[in-house]
Amino acid sequence: MTGIGSYAVRSSAPRARATARGRSVRPKITGWLFVAPFALVFLVFLVVPLAYAFWLSLFSKGLATGTTFSGLANYVKAFSDPEFLGGLLFVVVFSVVLIPLQMLVSLAAALVLDTVTTKLARFSRLMIFVPYAIPAVIGALMWGFLYSPGFGPLAQVFALFHASAPNLLGSHDVFGALLNVVTWQWSGYYMIIIYAALQGIDSSLYEAARIDGANQWQIALRIKLPLVASALVLILVFALIGTLQFFTEPQVLAPSSNGVITPSFTPNMYAYNLAFANSQINYASAISFALGLVVFVGVYIFLFATRKKGRIV
Amino acid sequence: MGAHVFLVVLVIYFLLPLWWLIVASTKDAHGLFSGTGGALWFDKTFALFDNLGLLFTYNDGIYLRWLGNSVLYAVSGGAGATALAILAGYGFAKFAFPGRRLSLALLLGSVMVPLTALVIPTFAMLSQVGMTNTIWAVILPSLLNPFGVYLMMVYATDAIPDELLDAARVDGAGELRTFFTVALPLLRPAAVTVLLLSFVGTWNNYFLPLAVLSSNNLFPVTVGLGLWDGLANSASGTGTTSLWSLIILGSLVSIIPLIVAFLSLQRYWRGGLAVGSLK
Repeated sequence: MTGIGSYAVRSSAPRARATARGRSVRPKITGWLFVAPFALVFLVFLVVPLAYAFWLSLFSKGLATGTTFSGLANYVKAFSDPEFLGGLLFVVVFSVVLIPLQMLVSLAAALVLDTVTTKLARFSRLMIFVPYAIPAVIGALMWGFLYSPGFGPLAQVFALFHASAPNLLGSHDVFGALLNVVTWQWSGYYMIIIYAALQGIDSSLYEAARIDGANQWQIALRIKLPLVASALVLILVFALIGTLQFFTEPQVLAPSSNGVITPSFTPNMYAYNLAFANSQINYASAISFALGLVVFVGVYIFLFATRKKGRIV
Repeated sequence: MGAHVFLVVLVIYFLLPLWWLIVASTKDAHGLFSGTGGALWFDKTFALFDNLGLLFTYNDGIYLRWLGNSVLYAVSGGAGATALAILAGYGFAKFAFPGRRLSLALLLGSVMVPLTALVIPTFAMLSQVGMTNTIWAVILPSLLNPFGVYLMMVYATDAIPDELLDAARVDGAGELRTFFTVALPLLRPAAVTVLLLSFVGTWNNYFLPLAVLSSNNLFPVTVGLGLWDGLANSASGTGTTSLWSLIILGSLVSIIPLIVAFLSLQRYWRGGLAVGSLK
């Protein structure tokens, strides 16, 4: 659930502050009492693990030497480790292709659903959203079956032409195969967010545009699109955070990919396999921490850049 | 017209895997690989009930146990996260306290920290204190939902008029009483959204339980199905064909509760999601 709405606070924070100032006569501690339970969980399950992982990442485990303090050596190693860099490159390229595709599908669906108000449209809206309620593991399993040359529908299609079906999880097609799984899983959720934003637009704007002679396309591109731009930015950030952390789908599809999806296919898979298969918890911590940092800094810069170019909220 | 064709195409695409799943659940091992109707239609043998029987008895009914674990983790994690989010969201929205601005900045920053980035660190910390492979290793980290707090805060700021709170206080109600009788009822729509989102988040979680659990009988259904899939793949062709039927039917059974919950509660979460993006 990370990501959505980090923008929104900018517009609501001043108001919240003003309200808060108004009640400063109340005992100062009351607010803390309400926030305290969450603050405790925040401390124990976010601050402490991150701090501990950072601490662990400063040590190295050698066969002869045991565990010794090594400063930032694990980070130097990570950023020159072809497996980590390869995984990082994959998730970056994957995001660059995936996110525009996903946004296009969800935006198109939302714009159509905003214009058409038939029963079929209402039904479609729910059905497009359904994959969001399905665990990523099961989404990946289902598509894995559908891709399978053994019992997928492709086998039958190709049999008609007396050819054998391609292995969609082979090295040529694995990128597209994963792209499809993730687009299927998340587009409906993004569609709902854009749709909610579209429904919030004052419809007298459309009236005015129609009187000025604008057609549906012009209304969609000139009025609706700019007005939901903030929702699009949020989705983009949300998708970016999720995709750079790619783990579940490739992990689940790896066994049926004949080794094309390697243990270091994505940085998160690499960290997981380092920690569990190779019990290199120190180096795994460094990879995890480095990845989190790359994502955080990347998203922060992105938000800052889009904010400077004229506020869209 | 064109719009409707487009929608129908989209619906077919998004429902295709589910249709396949439903059809495949009714097939026996033979029907799965070489059934009469092909992959997207029913086979001549209808084996749904045999499969159901097998699913719930296989390995001493381990699947039911996984389902029970998923319910336990998702209900306790979801309810806990929601309670914390309501309290903290209300606190942030309606009170001034020392450190509020700093806490808010931290909260917003943490919304940008991907929760999967915390899995390996959380595992390392829990194993240091000997808490891995317990139900708490899944439930307690699931209580962390910064986005839920943020959503509640934004919602509470507008949904609870300050005058109403002041009136309750003037009448002599204490802060807790004011919260329970005045604020809480007004927060219900957002609370349902946060509950649903954290419930689904925990139910669908795979990475965290995979990392912190090692006993089969503590697995949630996602990790269990992943385990079966790994077994079926590593031994493909050597008498494991029944495992495929179990994975398929097990997937179907485990997604039904969530789909039902989403479809029946849609008027709540739709409004709630809008809060996050409209402001």
